[in-house]
Amino acid sequence: MTALLWLIPIALLLGLVGLAAFFWSVRSGQYDDLQGAAERILIDDDKPIVDEDEEGEKR
Amino acid sequence: MAPLDAANLRRNDPAAFVRSDGDAKALDLAVEGARCAGCISKIEGGLNQMDAVKSARLNLSTGRLAVTFTGPDSEAQRIVEKIKSLGYSASPFQPETGEDPGKSEEKRLLRAMAVAGFAMANVMLLSVSVWAGEGEMDFGTRQLLHWLSAMIALPASLYAGRPFFQSAWRAIKAKSLNMDVPISLAVCLALGLSFYELLIGHGDAYFDAAVMLLFFLLIGRYLDSRLRARAGQAARQLAALQASVAHRIEADGTVKAVPAREIAPGDRLVVAAGDRLPVDGVIEAGAGEVDASLVTGETAPLDLEPGDAVYSGMVNLSGTLTVQATAAREDSLLAEIARLVEAGEQNRSSYVRLADRAARLYAPVVHTLAALTLVGWIIAGDPRSGILNAIAVLIITCPCALALAVPAVQIVACGRLFREGVLVKSGDALERLATAGRAIFDKTGTLTLGKPKLLNPHALRPETIEIAAKLARSSNHPVSRAVADAAGMGETAKDITEVPGGGLEGIVEGKQVRFGSAGWLGVDTGRSTGEAHAMEAWLQVGDQAPVRFVFSDALRSDAKDAIAAVKARGLETELLSGDRDGPVEAVSRDLGIESWAAQLKPTEKIARIEALTQAGQRPLMVGDGINDAPALAAAHVSISMGSAAEISRSAADLVIQGDRLSSIPVALDIARASRRRVFENFALAAVYNCIAVPLAVFGFVTPLVAAIAMSGSSILVTGNAMRLMKK
Repeated sequence: MTALLWLIPIALLLGLVGLAAFFWSVRSGQYDDLQGAAERILIDDDKPIVDEDEEGEKR
Repeated sequence: MAPLDAANLRRNDPAAFVRSDGDAKALDLAVEGARCAGCISKIEGGLNQMDAVKSARLNLSTGRLAVTFTGPDSEAQRIVEKIKSLGYSASPFQPETGEDPGKSEEKRLLRAMAVAGFAMANVMLLSVSVWAGEGEMDFGTRQLLHWLSAMIALPASLYAGRPFFQSAWRAIKAKSLNMDVPISLAVCLALGLSFYELLIGHGDAYFDAAVMLLFFLLIGRYLDSRLRARAGQAARQLAALQASVAHRIEADGTVKAVPAREIAPGDRLVVAAGDRLPVDGVIEAGAGEVDASLVTGETAPLDLEPGDAVYSGMVNLSGTLTVQATAAREDSLLAEIARLVEAGEQNRSSYVRLADRAARLYAPVVHTLAALTLVGWIIAGDPRSGILNAIAVLIITCPCALALAVPAVQIVACGRLFREGVLVKSGDALERLATAGRAIFDKTGTLTLGKPKLLNPHALRPETIEIAAKLARSSNHPVSRAVADAAGMGETAKDITEVPGGGLEGIVEGKQVRFGSAGWLGVDTGRSTGEAHAMEAWLQVGDQAPVRFVFSDALRSDAKDAIAAVKARGLETELLSGDRDGPVEAVSRDLGIESWAAQLKPTEKIARIEALTQAGQRPLMVGDGINDAPALAAAHVSISMGSAAEISRSAADLVIQGDRLSSIPVALDIARASRRRVFENFALAAVYNCIAVPLAVFGFVTPLVAAIAMSGSSILVTGNAMRLMKK
């Protein structure tokens, strides 16, 4: 019984945190450009990270 | 109609649209052609490389690029050029046309959906515990879990159910019923009953059913709102592409580029050759030819001189004109047309959507059944069961399926149409398209390209065409453009003078060459030409005999097939135009259109459409010019071309991008298929209700059954809608 009295409020609290995070994301405009967001994850302009010491050694 | 291509838009100086944003400058551009991740990184990366640019962010859904930069306003032009060099076209995006009142509605629905989802998940968590513990769980635990469900469900329903409660209240005040009345009733009764049962200490709790109902319905509502938002955005973006700039002569004599909406009556404007007139006015100085095809539909240009009136939308062809504005942008000819458009749209808003018609049938039937259930059980001697079962009837008939039936189908259909290049402004546009009975077409710019084309290139020697082109490449006159197109790229002759109302003269290979109208060259045309719809021009090299060039407004390449396809689908066709009899008759003969009428003013077009509507013919109007806008608004359903005037695009229900007439039969097919799916969905919902209602009446519906039934019916209806994706 005590387990329930602990667990249920914790579960609800976590749920509310999730809900608050969702509200924030709507307000900060993350839902304004769903197509763009979907496409942006496919952008791979990153160059490989080269360690400066390694570069020196190779030369 | 002058083509809305890059050449025209280049004249719109983006510097006029720069705003200041703190210590930097901000500019919004509408970018065309960006479709994928590569486009985003190219554009944003390319712009960020420029020193002056501080930030650049592209919204792929709306095509809007927000740039902040430092430096003088003229940097804006360099930014636009950089984007062009990357392969995309960019033009100013008017900020206030970008703001969207539906956006906040959409966000509100999203938040309500989130709250309902949160509540549903948590209440279901608790409910499943109760159901699983049937017979084993002790009373105290059960009460605790029910109280927790109540504490979550009640506030959540009050917040998430607001869209429905507000709409139902409005309907009741107007003494009518819509879909939201039974929904609100079901939710309130379910919550009320459950709370009552909780207080008296025994019985079932339907909190989960109430919240689940709200969640599914909000999904349907959100989809519907996104559909409208996306179509509205696209339509607004097309309108923003035409952000027009005017060149005003200031008090000190300098010419400044200003947005057209800032022009006041009395302002003096400079309209260069090739510019579109932004407002109504009177010519103060300069004479020349003006293309009025957007305003009246006539393809032959008008000759005007100082003192003549000009209207917004006309394109100046030859010389530079100084025009004094007689009306601000809001009061021009456009405003008169806009008033006619508004009148038409008001009539159209009385169309009752299929969903609401279903509601009008559904709501009374369901309420009667619930009442009968109550009465029946009271007579049988068990009033409490009576109340319980009556409420169960209200819940189980689950407007879920009905409220999802229509939006689900429409969203899928509009997505398909979007991929075919057709923008649909609202869900009921599809419904109206499916029942159209007669197709009415405009001629200039709709069935034809809106600009003349050289008719007899084979009768002329290539050198002759090239000589004419050397003169023609320097002019904006539609006939000159046609010659330049026929000859291709090349050089222009030296010392060209353009005589308004006459033609062009210049020196080619040492000889004096003149290219223009028969009257100016002194040519005796002799017998009249057989083709009444042709425009002609004559080329005289030195002293040789003049050579005749014949031009005509060319039909679109897919026009004939499109008309045949429309007729094959059972619609009668008609052609209404503001142009003269000759061209109109010839076009309707060529395309096989059964009836035609020419030289029509906008009011006459509306009269014809209204006569057809009265006769029950449900006309579909296809048009593009400013003179078509009132007819587009008054018709049962209307389609406009993507390159049409802004007012026509906003008056029409559907917009065809890329001006492909072949999209019209495709749109008809999809609209009809959607209508079939919607009725199938209604049938599925009816079948489901026939099974579920007897179960509820006789008391077999427990909360568990209600939950399963609700989700099952919603999935079924949505699944059926998805069939539209493959047709």
